[in-house]
Amino acid sequence: MIRLRLLWRKSLNAIMLSLTGVAAFAVVSVLFLILGYLLLHGGKSLSWDFFTKLPKPVGESGGGMANAILGSLKLLLLAAVMGLPVGLLAGVYLAEFGGKTFSFVIRYTTDLLNGVPSIVIGIFAYSLVVLPVKHFSTLAGGVALAMMVIPITVRSTEEFLRAVPGSLREGAMALGASKWKTIATVILPAASGGIMTGMLLALARVAGETAPLLFTAFSNRFWSPGWGQPAASLPVMIYTYAIAPYDDWHRQAWAAGLVLLMLVLLANLGCRLALNRRGSARSA
Amino acid sequence: MIQRLRHGDEVAHLLTLTFAAGILLLTSMLVYELWVNSHLSRAKFGWLFFWTRTWDPIFDNFGASPFIYGTLITSIVSLMIAVPLGIAAAIFLAELAPRKISDSISFLIDLLAAVPSVIYGLLGIFIVVPLMRTTIGPLLINTLGHLPYIGRLFKPPNYGVGYFTAGIVLAIMVVPFIISVSREVLLTVPRDQREAALALGATRWESTWQVVIPWARTGILGSIFLALARALGETMAVTMVIGNDPKITASLLAPGYTIAAVIANEFTEATGDLYLSALIELGLVLFLMTFILNGLARLLIVATERGGGPSS
Repeated sequence: MIRLRLLWRKSLNAIMLSLTGVAAFAVVSVLFLILGYLLLHGGKSLSWDFFTKLPKPVGESGGGMANAILGSLKLLLLAAVMGLPVGLLAGVYLAEFGGKTFSFVIRYTTDLLNGVPSIVIGIFAYSLVVLPVKHFSTLAGGVALAMMVIPITVRSTEEFLRAVPGSLREGAMALGASKWKTIATVILPAASGGIMTGMLLALARVAGETAPLLFTAFSNRFWSPGWGQPAASLPVMIYTYAIAPYDDWHRQAWAAGLVLLMLVLLANLGCRLALNRRGSARSA
Repeated sequence: MIQRLRHGDEVAHLLTLTFAAGILLLTSMLVYELWVNSHLSRAKFGWLFFWTRTWDPIFDNFGASPFIYGTLITSIVSLMIAVPLGIAAAIFLAELAPRKISDSISFLIDLLAAVPSVIYGLLGIFIVVPLMRTTIGPLLINTLGHLPYIGRLFKPPNYGVGYFTAGIVLAIMVVPFIISVSREVLLTVPRDQREAALALGATRWESTWQVVIPWARTGILGSIFLALARALGETMAVTMVIGNDPKITASLLAPGYTIAAVIANEFTEATGDLYLSALIELGLVLFLMTFILNGLARLLIVATERGGGPSS
């Protein structure tokens, strides 16, 4: 009887433990499935035209997404210009100046802002930028993306500033530097690698966002000069092309998906590898 | 004072403080805009907005219940799949796998979390939907569909798009969050807890299941809340596979609609002021749901990582 019970416990142990391994490998394999499908379908449809030509009118095959690629770059530029400085300075405040209660409030709000669904951010940018002027614009899309960049940058900046060893800070102070001088000339440079990687990760994250652009930057089948007109972007193009009933559009959606995924994954891969190496170098 | 100003300390303090306070301002503005711009709809429908089933832009009659229902159902389905899978994977990474393997797998899982949601939608439309229509759907109808009670959830028609398909896609999207947070929490469980259980003769699984998991359960619950908040607010992938039909249907295989999806689809076409206002009120509802869940999740995770222990 006891022996039977032991056998049962041991086999339960073996079964459950192997199931956990199966679960882990199943989740990881999804990443490779995604990559594989996109390479398979997107690779076939990717051509030089995709990067250099405008979309063709409905019904004609061929054409590319040059305007969407440029549009995405412009939106990212706006998001970087508006979002990164705010995130950086607020992060400096939290790491270097903040009092206890107020910092807690800011940190909590930042986390909540980070969790706001992207579609709701879209509504906000719409009522802030689109409603007053009554038309969609690149600027509105940039504002929406900047809103998403800010909370990510704040938290990563704070984290990297806190990781700077206290001895550096004390050394600078002991030499008579003011607090501000210490931050600007010692602490920020020491953390700059990490902070910049964090910023790049934030941009990579919003580069793939679609929902906040649907009714801010909207879309456009032509070039969009300046900042005040509707602009195409890669994610929105993928969405509209994928739900359209044309086979040729589906092929282009796959191609655009491949380009977007590669950009986002490569940025992530590079940043995370750089961070890991710094992390292990520090602990070693 | 002037001396300090010249050093720039006060200026720097004020400058960074302004930007930090800017985040507070921005968040309050977000709530304010949602509240003010949904005024028309709130004034006209009141609380009935949450109970009415009609969504009729032509006669300006709006009710949110099909969308709230769809949002909740798809999220529940996704958690049913993602929670067991995620916790199992987290156990493997935290308790079993050697550090090197565990780190590389976590690295890949972080990459999975970085895949844009429109890519999931693309794969959803062209891979999961056909699979659902030809294989998984009929299989569910022929097996679970015959059972009493839960059989109602798996009835034809099966078009491939619907709550269940959206749930599958969402599960894949939120599982990385469950894994990475749960793994972190499991790694904070003190070593002696495991060793004590093993010394008492427990098997590895028993020590994990009866000692480590109960210790970490608040944090794991937090990770599930985080995942739920993401699932509720996820837009693109769901919009592309849910079928976009504002009905409440018992069968999980039927097409439905979610809050985020209806905003994505109809916002640019909303002609009347009341129509737009109703959509913004839906946005407000979605915001409040995720706001509360995220708040709870943070508290739970912080609570475990600070104290932990079976009593908490």
